[in-house]
Amino acid sequence: MNSVGIEATNTDKRPVRENNKWSRLGKKLISQRYLQAMALLGVIWMIVFNYIPMYWITIAFRDYNIVPHSVNPWVGLKHFKEFLNDDNLGYVIRNTLGMSALKLVIGFPLPIAFAILLNEVRSTFFKKSIQTISYLPHFLSWVILGGILANWLADVGIVNKILMALGWIHEPFSYLAEPSYFWTIVVSSDIWKELGWSAIIYLAAISSISSELYEAATIDGAGRFQKIFNITLPSIRGTISILLILAVSGILNSNFDQILVLRNQLNEPKSTVIDIYVYQVGIVLSRFSYSTAVNLIKSVIAFLLLLGANSVTKKLNDTSLF
Amino acid sequence: MFSMNRRTSGEVAFDVLNNVLMLIVCFLTLYPIWYVLVNAFNDGTDAMRGGIYWWPRLFSLDSFRTVFHSTGIMTAMGVTVAKTVIGTVVHVFFTAMVAYAFSRRELIGRKVYMLIGTITMFFGGGLIPTYLLIKSLGLIDSFWVYIIPAAFSFWDMIIFLTFFREIPDGLEEAAKIDGANDFKIFYKVIIPVSMPVVATIALFHGVYQWNDYFTGVIYMNNADLQPIQTFLFRVVAASSTGASAMIAAMPSNVSKAVTSQSLKLATMVVTTAPIVFVYPFLQKYFVKGFMIGSIKG
Repeated sequence: MNSVGIEATNTDKRPVRENNKWSRLGKKLISQRYLQAMALLGVIWMIVFNYIPMYWITIAFRDYNIVPHSVNPWVGLKHFKEFLNDDNLGYVIRNTLGMSALKLVIGFPLPIAFAILLNEVRSTFFKKSIQTISYLPHFLSWVILGGILANWLADVGIVNKILMALGWIHEPFSYLAEPSYFWTIVVSSDIWKELGWSAIIYLAAISSISSELYEAATIDGAGRFQKIFNITLPSIRGTISILLILAVSGILNSNFDQILVLRNQLNEPKSTVIDIYVYQVGIVLSRFSYSTAVNLIKSVIAFLLLLGANSVTKKLNDTSLF
Repeated sequence: MFSMNRRTSGEVAFDVLNNVLMLIVCFLTLYPIWYVLVNAFNDGTDAMRGGIYWWPRLFSLDSFRTVFHSTGIMTAMGVTVAKTVIGTVVHVFFTAMVAYAFSRRELIGRKVYMLIGTITMFFGGGLIPTYLLIKSLGLIDSFWVYIIPAAFSFWDMIIFLTFFREIPDGLEEAAKIDGANDFKIFYKVIIPVSMPVVATIALFHGVYQWNDYFTGVIYMNNADLQPIQTFLFRVVAASSTGASAMIAAMPSNVSKAVTSQSLKLATMVVTTAPIVFVYPFLQKYFVKGFMIGSIKG
């Protein structure tokens, strides 16, 4: 048949061509040996620090033995089944979703409002100064903020002094020791720290709106609020929707650094989120396999949420996150 | 001006209210920091009576003097400075170097290398697998645990890469004709013309290194190698029995004007001061970096 003939000619020529190809590749590799070395150092780093930990996820399906060089027998889904029967499951998930939902409902709209109102400030100097001040807390560590909060919220702290002076409470108490206040403290301190910083992206979106739109609206006699609701908000709708979808898909994440600083044994019923539970069970109690299994469940759900978020953005904006 | 003349009373009211609101936001942002400051500069025993809101009542530098004389605090401060300086230099140099190699289109295997990196943006090992890796590398209780696992970031690499692609090829060609190898081109030609992006990534990583406390909490049991943020975490965190740790860090001949609380506040001030001082000057880089990051991410 025809194809046989073609194959025959091909096999005849292949060795020469292959030789040529390989020697050319070899020469090219040698000529870019410095470049390859630079690239491979990065690849090796990623293999060690990203891919080896991915391999270690397998201990979720095994019984990890802390004794070095011992075998870690496969146990299938044992740890996952254990998680489903874990008494802590309920409150850990409730705390995670509860704080995320509060952050979404209160913490998400505030930077938008702040950006819009800041944009309405007429004096450029005043505007720049407020901006600079509002970013500052973002650069403080949660340890420092945790120290400030512990100081303010202690029974001898300023919050009790103010509330007692106002007559709202009659005896001081320690807010961080009271579980029912924990979510409020987490959400409001997060807003305090990130309000200005989260507004940057909206300010950038607002600054790219054509000024002609506003001028035309002014000529038509539109007031400030009309301009905000009819020009500014619709123009940044795309930015808002992308960030909202990202925020919704990150609902299983918590601010680990923040909660680790603010939690204590007394507020535990309201402060233990999935990430803290993984840390507590894994590092503190050394139950490596179980902790990895819990984290794996979380990661899989979070990844599915992100995929979902991506397809929603695609439909809404014709652009996708990835 | 034309527009000023046409401002209605409603507009003026809006402006006034808006400016007042903005001032309140600024006050709420700055006051907690100010409160720590005035209390740290007050006599510790006197501060326990409370009521210091605007200005120190009994000005005293004793808490700060104690901080600067405490070997424990000063050692931790030294670790933080060392890890910030070394960590930032290593991170920027290493990440930029890999980015430069990845930015060259003739690099054989470039697509595979990029794929290897892209996967790391979506999948990771998580806390315990990473802990097991660090342990098996022998990095626990070693200073390098702050540096090597933070030496590279694929996100930062993409920011560098985007910048490097904009550099005109002519620069590299000239160096190549002079016989320079690719590594030499990278640090003699590319780095000097990339200072804006180098500064941005350096600032972000510097702040990360300065503020990071968790690496110390999880991997460092040697008190001589813990950074100041980890020390503060162990003292400040609501879960810890902070006062005793703070008292342990106090020299024995400490003045009566110093309490564990005032010492804590003074340490917080000393820890935060460098960031607050450099912040106004570097602010524009922070914002620039945020924008590059968010466009790319």
